[in-house]
Amino acid sequence: MSELAGAPLATVRIRARADELKGLRDTVRETVLTQGVESRLAECLVLAVDEACVNVIRHAYGGEDTGEIVLDIHNNQGVLVFRLTDFAPPVDKQRICSRDLDDIRPGGLGVHLIAEVMDEVEFVDPPPGTGNVLEMRKRISH
Amino acid sequence: MEYRTRSEGPYTVIALSGEVDLYYSPVAREQILEHLERGRNVLVDLSAVSYIDSSGVASLVEGYQLARTRGLAFGLVGVSPAAMQVLQLARLDKVFPIHASVDERIASDG
Repeated sequence: MSELAGAPLATVRIRARADELKGLRDTVRETVLTQGVESRLAECLVLAVDEACVNVIRHAYGGEDTGEIVLDIHNNQGVLVFRLTDFAPPVDKQRICSRDLDDIRPGGLGVHLIAEVMDEVEFVDPPPGTGNVLEMRKRISH
Repeated sequence: MEYRTRSEGPYTVIALSGEVDLYYSPVAREQILEHLERGRNVLVDLSAVSYIDSSGVASLVEGYQLARTRGLAFGLVGVSPAAMQVLQLARLDKVFPIHASVDERIASDG
């Protein structure tokens, strides 16, 4: 796992359920706006983090209300780092890919949206007692 | 999210408002598909949508595809900046028929 200096700007712990996502989105929005992010980018970051949580709910936990999601937001020297931790069984990273956008069909857009918004997205080694840890990074200053 | 439906000319207009996310998108999907299943042309008014995620977008795609299958009209009207931003990220802004208003859509039908 990458080393992040200092305390997180915000930490959110939610049940892995659809009705918990609004509160998480509100916290992401408020937090990134305090870092000087303009509103259009802020909404993109909210979307990307929300989509990552949706994937955890649907795929890691299989849509069952069985676990939690923890989001830590850091500003690591001008790079916003969104670290999303779940406590589900390990996901098969090879099966997570963006679909062909020319193939117009419902579903499968989340990974594409995350990749469009973030500079870097990667699964990092989970600490003992956790399931999967996804880190998403976005540079906001040079 | 809330929704209201009304008839305007040949269309059922489904006006969504608020946040169309994983929790509420099944409601949007149900409304869209129900009217299409009844053989109605459908316009989805997104002017009051403050947030939409991929599940909400998927509901729109499903409506678009069902309409094509049934030979019905489907489109989006008054797309809010927040919704347009997501459609552009998903590269669907050139896929859906999009008009500024219901009146503009009806006028474009000739």
